[in-house]
Amino acid sequence: MLYSEKVMDHFANPRNVGEIPDANAIGEVGNLKCGDIMKIYMKIEDDVIKDVKFQTFGCGAAVATSSMATEMVKGKSVKDAMKLTNAAVMEALDGLPPVKVHCSVLAEEAIKSALANYYKNQGIDPTPIIGCTGECEHCHGEHDHTTDKE
Amino acid sequence: MAEPRLVYADNAATTRVDPRVLEKMLPFFSVDYGNASTLYKLGQRSHAALEEARKNVAAVIGAKPGEIFFTGSGTEADNMALRGMMHSKQAKGRKHLITTTFEHPAVLQTARALEKEGFRVTYVPVDRTGTVDLQALEDAICEDTVLVSVMAANNEIGTIQPIAEIGRICRSKGVYFHTDAVQAYGHMPLNVDEMNIDMLSLSAHKICGPKGVGAIYIRSGLMLDPVITGGGQEKNRRSGTENVPGIVGLGEAARIKLEGMEQENERLRKMQRRLIDGVLSSVPECALTGHPENRLPGSCSFTFTAVEGESLVLLLDMKGICASTGSACSTGSLDPSHVLMAIGLSHETSHGSLRLSLGEFNTEEDVDYILQELPGVVARLRAMSPVWKG
Ligand SMILES: Cc1ncc(COP(=O)(O)O)c(C=O)c1O
Repeated sequence: MLYSEKVMDHFANPRNVGEIPDANAIGEVGNLKCGDIMKIYMKIEDDVIKDVKFQTFGCGAAVATSSMATEMVKGKSVKDAMKLTNAAVMEALDGLPPVKVHCSVLAEEAIKSALANYYKNQGIDPTPIIGCTGECEHCHGEHDHTTDKE
Repeated sequence: MAEPRLVYADNAATTRVDPRVLEKMLPFFSVDYGNASTLYKLGQRSHAALEEARKNVAAVIGAKPGEIFFTGSGTEADNMALRGMMHSKQAKGRKHLITTTFEHPAVLQTARALEKEGFRVTYVPVDRTGTVDLQALEDAICEDTVLVSVMAANNEIGTIQPIAEIGRICRSKGVYFHTDAVQAYGHMPLNVDEMNIDMLSLSAHKICGPKGVGAIYIRSGLMLDPVITGGGQEKNRRSGTENVPGIVGLGEAARIKLEGMEQENERLRKMQRRLIDGVLSSVPECALTGHPENRLPGSCSFTFTAVEGESLVLLLDMKGICASTGSACSTGSLDPSHVLMAIGLSHETSHGSLRLSLGEFNTEEDVDYILQELPGVVARLRAMSPVWKG
């Protein structure tokens, strides 16, 4: 298994690591059992992501995809950030080994989970806007995590 | 720019070839290149080299040279022992194999394959230190048990198994005993007679020999079905033109090991003690895995709370330290190492595992360097971990 130079760069020098004390959108996906947890903090003003930070427990790809995903949504409008896909994150990193594709899925879910939280904080049901963020009970354990196993 | 420092601390994965071993091997590529089965002098020189190697390999475990058969790897030796023995007793209706839950895949996957063929396999559990449950092992032996296969020492956590006791149990119950000694051979005293071992697997690349060559000890008189059939080399037990340079390398590596084992183990134990104590005292929330004392002399294995093993290995690599982990991310599957599961660690804990294995080419300075770099690397990962409450 070999990581691209971009992945190694984002792993070795991750962008946007940390917490935002006065975040108004927080999302967390993954679980310890699977070995990846991503937590995203956002400061959103006038529907624009002014600041974004992450904390990740996970492998090299988990750290790199978190870093890249935060870079890709920083300064974007909520509406544009919602269009982030795992494929775009992977492409920006010059690809991932097949067994690590699930990390990019997790990064997409982490961003969407934070955005869903942003809507919820305003009393808006995010489900029709964002769809399933991987947080909801019914899809736990059955979404993409296992399908990309070599 | 100065060469970045390289501290190789993954000797359980493989070792650097000893220069004396390499030197001994080289003529057999281009000078004494004859086929050992031929009649002319060139071939006979190869033949003689094989026999010298056989003698050296046998001496390490108190076997007779004629009981050693060369293979293409430790994995192949394990396959020969399990498949060869189970197949040979099949006709007599004996179909039961006993092994443990934390064997190397070379044994475990072979046992699974035998199950598919219709053999019955019992996987005996190990305790938290990674020591096989002797009572459970004895209780598992029944009428149609053919073979018990228990590794001599574990590759991930280094725990040494009570091989002599297992040998005694097997002998008294009239079943054969195979041990995968790939990690143990040359690193601890082993004696096939005193320990009642009927078959033993070993591999050259774990003892500063070349990769892709191993051997199996088979007690004289024991008949196995061959796994590889062909021209009848190695007394029909393992066909295929012998890898003369590789076998010569294995023989020389074995000779060097036997000669210096006691002294080398003492040196390794001192470094091991310092590394284990140093890590445990300088990194918060970290634990030793495996047995606190009863472990291979170079083996140091840990778990770190709230840190993922692959990230740890990658960051250590950036510092020039080669180590390994049993975390899921490293195994290429989504499950952490079966060894860490077998000793009762949770998924969560296993994800933060790290193995540092010292060998002949490591020095006290290497230990210093690891102790200097490791705490910072762990702290750096914890600083970005959402589950670290430090
Ligand atoms: C305990 C054990 N058994 C078997 C093997 C396989 O040996 P080889 O790499 O020579 O096939 C290894 C090492 O990889 C091992 O550690």
